Amino acid sequence: MGLAGYLIVAAILFALGIACTVARKNVIYVLMGIELILNAANLNLVAFSRFVGGLDGQIFAIFSIILAAAEAAVALAIVLNVFGLFDSIRPDDPDLMKE
Amino acid sequence: MSASLALSLWLQSARLQQQTGAALGSTTAPDSNWTLDLLEWVRTSWLSTKLAGLAGMDQAPALPTWAAAAIGAGIAVGIVIGFVSVVAMFSIWLERRVAGRIQSRIGPNRVGPFGLLQSLADGVKLLLKEDIIPSGADRKLFVLAPALVMASALAMFAAVPMADGAGFTDINLGVLFIVGISALATIGVIMAGWSSNNKWALYGAMREAAQVVSYEVPLGISLLVPVIVGGTLELGAASRLQSGWGGSCWFLFQNPFVLPAFVLYFIAALAENKRAPFDLPESESELVAGFHTEYSGIRFSFFFLEEYAAMFLMSAVGTALFLGGWNFPGIDLLKGGWLIAAQLAVFVVKSMFLVLLMIWIRWTLPRMRVDQVMVMGYKYLTPLSLICVVGASVWEVWAAVPFHERPIWMQLFTPVLVFGVCAVLGAMLRKQAIESAAQPTTRSRIAPRAHAAAH
Amino acid sequence: MELLFFLLFAGLAIAGAVATVWMRYVVHSAFALMGTFLGVAGLYVLLGADFLAITQILIYVGGILVLILFGIMLTPPDRTERNAKRVIGFSASLVAIALFLAVQIGSVVRWAEKSNLEAPKATAAPIGRELLRPDGYLIPFELVSVVLLVALIGSVFIARRRKAVRVDDSSTAAILAERGTLQQKAGA
Repeated sequence: MGLAGYLIVAAILFALGIACTVARKNVIYVLMGIELILNAANLNLVAFSRFVGGLDGQIFAIFSIILAAAEAAVALAIVLNVFGLFDSIRPDDPDLMKE
Repeated sequence: MSASLALSLWLQSARLQQQTGAALGSTTAPDSNWTLDLLEWVRTSWLSTKLAGLAGMDQAPALPTWAAAAIGAGIAVGIVIGFVSVVAMFSIWLERRVAGRIQSRIGPNRVGPFGLLQSLADGVKLLLKEDIIPSGADRKLFVLAPALVMASALAMFAAVPMADGAGFTDINLGVLFIVGISALATIGVIMAGWSSNNKWALYGAMREAAQVVSYEVPLGISLLVPVIVGGTLELGAASRLQSGWGGSCWFLFQNPFVLPAFVLYFIAALAENKRAPFDLPESESELVAGFHTEYSGIRFSFFFLEEYAAMFLMSAVGTALFLGGWNFPGIDLLKGGWLIAAQLAVFVVKSMFLVLLMIWIRWTLPRMRVDQVMVMGYKYLTPLSLICVVGASVWEVWAAVPFHERPIWMQLFTPVLVFGVCAVLGAMLRKQAIESAAQPTTRSRIAPRAHAAAH
Repeated sequence: MELLFFLLFAGLAIAGAVATVWMRYVVHSAFALMGTFLGVAGLYVLLGADFLAITQILIYVGGILVLILFGIMLTPPDRTERNAKRVIGFSASLVAIALFLAVQIGSVVRWAEKSNLEAPKATAAPIGRELLRPDGYLIPFELVSVVLLVALIGSVFIARRRKAVRVDDSSTAAILAERGTLQQKAGA
């Protein structure tokens, strides 16, 4: 299977990730959508690394996985905190900055 | 249905790891073609030729590649499933007998010699039991969860080579593969706890998730110590490296930090497998049966089998990386098929010894509290395992050459240290045991009162 | 044979992603996400990135997914209904755009397919060497470990149990009190 196949899969994952982030009304869905987007990006990096040569793409994907782990931990801490303060996990509710 | 799901998931992982092996050149490339050889032998056998003659052909036609590969994978899967079941059932029997011995009773001894067939009888009973799915449960997830748990246990077995070159696949990241796939079992347990729609099941699942995620850290870090000593993540290659000194050149004797790492690994493995004293996720006095409270019949037996399969697997990884794998003094004298059989036997016996140790600990120590479990994982095991990694690396860098090329005093230092520590500990325990035997025991203090009450 | 596995893993990844967007309950979405992670790991294997494939399973399934599940269990179920039309509309239009872009990119980078490189052999050791080579990725590697440490401390700090917000001296708390959320919780 050539490069194009992997790019198409990554594109579909990316699109579904954005849809998950935008169309659902729950912070957890936003998190999951971000993970999908990061997976799509990693898939692209690894696919290019395979077809262009060298390990740079894979190493970038590793960094991206590490940062995704850090992001998930911090994001969940924030979600729990927001839930404690606003009694809601919908991303529209914390809007104190508007006032 | 669960079984077929497990099978399909397993097939996938088996193919995945075969692909890994094929594409990425492990040292023992996927020579699991013996299944294909078997197919070829069947094709050219007398019966097949006769049958082909009836159909008007010289010889039975060769199967297309994909079909041969699928059948080969199927045979391999069947062997693994059979092996896992036998090992798990033997461990269950061992657990019940040892528990009986520790509690001054007999244990199962009716079905078969020494009660060996008791587990089989229980298995048949569980198969015949009514399969209940609670009405409030999330049916699909409820059915999927045991399959996922079982599939992860089977998939982990794919990466454990138990003898040298007997068709065991040996993938080049075996240690990582096993630690990674064990995560799937956690997801399966959370799935089981959530889909049961039962508060005890959910509590058990959440405890399990927290515990496994916490103890994966010291487990992985302490596994790094033998990996640093051997310089390989491949379990088979690690076992082959330990074949010096007539088969006793184990990693345990190569670096003074491997022994503490082994102890830490063993404790973390107990916690990973939810064994006492870390059996909070299924503590019967608090949570009924934890995450599998609502499961019955064949689905329950999946969880049960998985627990013992995972125990054996963790012991097998410990054997391969710390205790010399299939090597044992004197085993090199054998040749050919006998050698492979002996290696297999040595590996299984060593792993079973560790399983026995786990069982012994379970029936000896009381359960910890949840906060104690977390404190132990994060405040003691993790820092200690990090110290082991640093110490082992410093030792290896200082020695500067692979362990079999070091000066003789350095090679002898660690075995002497290990045996010395074991001897001192043993003497202390023995002294304590003799002293406590001299004291009046609890039983003799209570007995007169019971006697009086009876009158 | 490779095409078969590609279709299998790609199908698993895409089906998982579709289910993640589509499922009614958050928990189902999270479990569907596991399919995507495993499928992507399979695709990494096909691309010759064995170390990355196992890292993907270890960190995404064993770490991030468990974290997400914890997040779901610690927050209440979302009572608002899923707007099916909206989800379908968004997903379909975005997938169409993305496919268009992917085909465009694919046609631009056709040269890459002609390079006909061998899949790399065992990648763990070369990646490790590359990560610790001073003129390779040593500095990003060290920086990322600092980032992880900061994230660890930061998330513990944010999520630690705090005493109730004092209402009189903080404007945030005052606004919240005006809305009544704090009172409701205190009253309940």
